[in-house]
Amino acid sequence: MQKNGPLALLFHTAVIAFVLAPLVVICLVAFTPENTLTIPTTRFSLRWFRAILDYPDFITAFGNSLWLATIAATLSVAIAVPSALAIDRYRFFGRDALNALFLSPLIIPHLVLGVAFLRLFALIGVTGSFTWLVLTHVIVITPYVLRLVIAALSGLDRSAEQAAMTLGASRWTVFRRITLPMILPGVTGGWLLAFINSFDELTMSIFVTSPATVTLPVRMYMYATESIDPMMAAVSALMIALTAIAMLVLDRVFGLDKILVGEK
Amino acid sequence: MSRSPAAPWLLVSPGAVLFLGLVLVPLVLTVILSFLTYNYDTGIGDSYTLAHYGRVLSDSYYLEIFWRTLRLAFLTTLLCALIGAPEAYILSRMRSPWRSIFLLVIIGPLLVSVVVRAFGWSMLLGSTGLVNAALGVLALGPVRLLYTETAIVIALVHVMLPFMVIPVWTALQKLDPMVETAAWSLGASRFAALRRVVMPQVSIGLLSGSLIVFGLSASAFAIPGLLGGRRLKMAATLVYDEYMQELNWPMGAAIAIIVLLANLVIMLAYNRAVEARARRALG
Repeated sequence: MQKNGPLALLFHTAVIAFVLAPLVVICLVAFTPENTLTIPTTRFSLRWFRAILDYPDFITAFGNSLWLATIAATLSVAIAVPSALAIDRYRFFGRDALNALFLSPLIIPHLVLGVAFLRLFALIGVTGSFTWLVLTHVIVITPYVLRLVIAALSGLDRSAEQAAMTLGASRWTVFRRITLPMILPGVTGGWLLAFINSFDELTMSIFVTSPATVTLPVRMYMYATESIDPMMAAVSALMIALTAIAMLVLDRVFGLDKILVGEK
Repeated sequence: MSRSPAAPWLLVSPGAVLFLGLVLVPLVLTVILSFLTYNYDTGIGDSYTLAHYGRVLSDSYYLEIFWRTLRLAFLTTLLCALIGAPEAYILSRMRSPWRSIFLLVIIGPLLVSVVVRAFGWSMLLGSTGLVNAALGVLALGPVRLLYTETAIVIALVHVMLPFMVIPVWTALQKLDPMVETAAWSLGASRFAALRRVVMPQVSIGLLSGSLIVFGLSASAFAIPGLLGGRRLKMAATLVYDEYMQELNWPMGAAIAIIVLLANLVIMLAYNRAVEARARRALG
């Protein structure tokens, strides 16, 4: 195995510093005791974290996002698993077209989806409805789940299923007792990836949320365009901490590189 | 393969209904909307016109924004390729624990909301931020960075870098490291081995990475919104303003459709390029 030269390592260090810089700065500024965005040097304070508790807008938005992401990810799995089964196991008329339709949200900019949903909702009079907001998120996150579940299904050894069939198990039993447990890592990984994507979605949501259903990223965006104080840093630091925990769990259980980089 | 012809349809029907209703229908409605007349007093009319497309494609205000969007997206793609490809190569040559740790450090920020990362850059690049403090120490500053195109490109590169590293990394995984060593032992210089052995493998990853980065940068919303300020608009922030401030939905729809079409054209051109490459490779 070849080694990286000193120049390569210098380059690498610079890249890592570039990648981490904004996140580190946020986490430092969040602990400032001052009223401005300064990096604390001598005193650290939790006052801006406490300030979040007195600012109900962020708390409500966080609650909305949590609900939204949980319901949307669950619905998305409920839709993606049967669809993946059909696409992986059967050859039927319209299969390729459906597959392309299911993956299309990946190539349609979220901005375009946002204005498209807004138009539809205005026409059928459901603007600001939480239920329809959930459905828009399902559309955006299902491609990720579908890809992971199809990857899990295509790597599956079918002999256990065939043995169960031969022994008289019904299709439903085979699915519940054999197929599902075997693809469970793909399904759970898909759910988590869907959850994170839904939780972080901004560009589409900003068009379809109402003041009552506003999500955390939308609320944060609005806040950051209007006023900038260290509370924004405190909220951001909490988001970074939550993401880091989710990432560690994801990595321990499934291997993050497998989920994000894709199976080979 | 298929046991009963109805089974797959039963399985896909919930998804198919949802996606037809919430992807195809809204897109068609938006295309129709972009041809509807608009009046600032009476709102959206019910007769059809090409005026919005005409105005977007002739008014210098809109053309400037489109030109900026293309320019910044191109610059971001170029910088991501220049940083991401060598970085992926360096990563692929690291030893076992470091390799996965640094891969995690580079792709992990993907999971942090773009708003958070854009906010981090607005603190770093502000007039009292760390970057200006460092420039001040070197007696080069202070420089106005926030609300400039430079700020937008820096933050875009930061957000898009993982999308370049991942495909190049994946492509490099398929390259046997012994091949490069073999090239050296056969007398190839380091540079020749890099150019003749590693580059061909990297280029396919580079191509698909560039496509993703360009597409996402050209439709980026949060970064131009937070780092470009009100003055420096890009396509996505322009659409948002047309919808939310001007309330001119048909105009916003026309711009959104142009963004979508541009995206699809680039996608098709890319597929052509990949096919042509594959044909050449097969001889």
